[in-house]
Amino acid sequence: MNRQVVKRRHRRDSFMTALSLVMTGIVLFTLGSILFTLIWNGLQAIRPSLFLESTPPPGSEGGLANAIVGSLMMTGLGILIATPVGIFTGTFLAEYGRHNRLAEIVRFVNDILLSPPSIIIGLFVYGIVVIGMGHFSGWAGVIALAVIAVPIIIRTTEDMLSLVPDALREAGAALGTPRWMVITRISYRAAFQGMLTGILLAVARVSGETAPLLFTALNNQFWSTNLNAPLANLPVVIFQFAMSPYDDWRSLAWGGALLITTAVLVLNIAARLTTSKKA
Amino acid sequence: MQKDRQRFLMRFGDPAFRSLTLAFTLLVLMMMGALVYVLIEGSWPALRIFGPAFVWTSGWNPVTEHFGAFVPLVGTLITSFIAMLIGVPFSFGLAFFLTEICPHPLRQPIAIAIELLAAVPSIIYGIWGLFVLAPLFQHDVEPFLIATLGNVPVIGMFFQGPPIGIGMLLAGIILGLMVLPFITAVMREVFVSVPAVLRESAYGLGATRWEVVWRVVLPYCRKGVVGGVMLGLGRALGETMAVTFVIGNAHHLSTSLLAPGTTISAALANEFTEADGVIYTASLVGLGLVLFVLTFFVLAIGKRMLLGSAKGGLA
Repeated sequence: MNRQVVKRRHRRDSFMTALSLVMTGIVLFTLGSILFTLIWNGLQAIRPSLFLESTPPPGSEGGLANAIVGSLMMTGLGILIATPVGIFTGTFLAEYGRHNRLAEIVRFVNDILLSPPSIIIGLFVYGIVVIGMGHFSGWAGVIALAVIAVPIIIRTTEDMLSLVPDALREAGAALGTPRWMVITRISYRAAFQGMLTGILLAVARVSGETAPLLFTALNNQFWSTNLNAPLANLPVVIFQFAMSPYDDWRSLAWGGALLITTAVLVLNIAARLTTSKKA
Repeated sequence: MQKDRQRFLMRFGDPAFRSLTLAFTLLVLMMMGALVYVLIEGSWPALRIFGPAFVWTSGWNPVTEHFGAFVPLVGTLITSFIAMLIGVPFSFGLAFFLTEICPHPLRQPIAIAIELLAAVPSIIYGIWGLFVLAPLFQHDVEPFLIATLGNVPVIGMFFQGPPIGIGMLLAGIILGLMVLPFITAVMREVFVSVPAVLRESAYGLGATRWEVVWRVVLPYCRKGVVGGVMLGLGRALGETMAVTFVIGNAHHLSTSLLAPGTTISAALANEFTEADGVIYTASLVGLGLVLFVLTFFVLAIGKRMLLGSAKGGLA
């Protein structure tokens, strides 16, 4: 009888192992297929004109130059705004607010802001900036992206500063260094790589965001670098072109999708490399 | 001169730096406050007319200016439910594979690959769903489902109507695929955090691999697992781009999962910039408010659970 029980247990084990293998196989195959179709279709759209010409009207040749530049501008400026906000807030949480009621509340708020639906951020910035200015604009897009990037930078800054051993801070204080110098000269230096990783991850996250840009930067079919007017950007162009019935547009959408994915993956790998070097 | 400057910095450097960081911290707090305020203020014209019934009334008619959140809300819940139905078991299978079965040299590379996939922008999943999965569903999967499950009593009503590819079922599946790498990454992390002693003693008693995972690892870190699932659910509820591509944007409630529908985020993405009229826009912002409240609770519970698992251990 005992042998039967053992047999049954082993049968169940083999079954579950096999099921897990099959599931892993299905998932890896599907995700692999996503990457494969993306590269296959994307590469066909990659030509010099993709980077040199602006988005075309349906049925004619063109590229994504205006969208690429718009995306770079908005991502760059968004991160430029988000970085000081994120780093100083992270500093407050890790250095001044370890056992502080305000810091606890901000930590909770930040966790919520870390992953709300990004479309809500779009609504929020629409309500403040777009209605305030009276029209859609590149600046509204910049602010929307900054709002998404800030919580990520806060979180990594706080985590990385918390990893800095207190002995270092105490050593600094023992030499008579004021607190702010301990933070800027000792803590920041020790946590530099980790904080840089946080910023890289924020760039990666922000550069693929589509939903918040729909209501803020909108889109612009023509070449423009004016942040006071609607600004073209890759995600929204991909969205519009992919949903269109025109083959040229769809092909460009795949090209743009490949560009964004490559950028996001490269940034993530770079972030990984900066942290692993430290270890 | 040099000395004066130094003395000045010694004296005022600290309070200045502290106030600077405090100011930015308060700014973040204000941002959250402003977010809630903008959502409530923006949806006020609609909420004043429809009252709390806005949440459970159906109807979406820009001409008569009659709006209710029920249909998009149900769409959001159904697609997220399908996503979890797919995402959770598959993530568990993957985490089981990665922590117990997979040969050691392969574990790290596969885990990293899955974490990278969690970072792929959702618009990529959406575009793949539209161009690859939708035709496949239209020509092969859905006719098959209609021919087989469509005739089964009770379940059959979920699989009725013409096979058009895009619809609730496809949207749910794409969502499931999208949250899968994310949930897997969290599950793997909490599985790995289980002390080796526990695992080894279970194996020492003669437990099989499955028994170790099901009876020892999972109970030990169930809070972390539930937390990870909740965070995944939070993502699925608010996901916009992956869904907007394949949902069909129809404000119409159908029992069939093959029919096109809409979700809160898809309705916002499709209609917000085109909405004219105060009530129409306010109703859309109202949808956003409903979504925000929903995800707020799901995320807050998920974070609590993950935090509890990190601190509590055996508790």
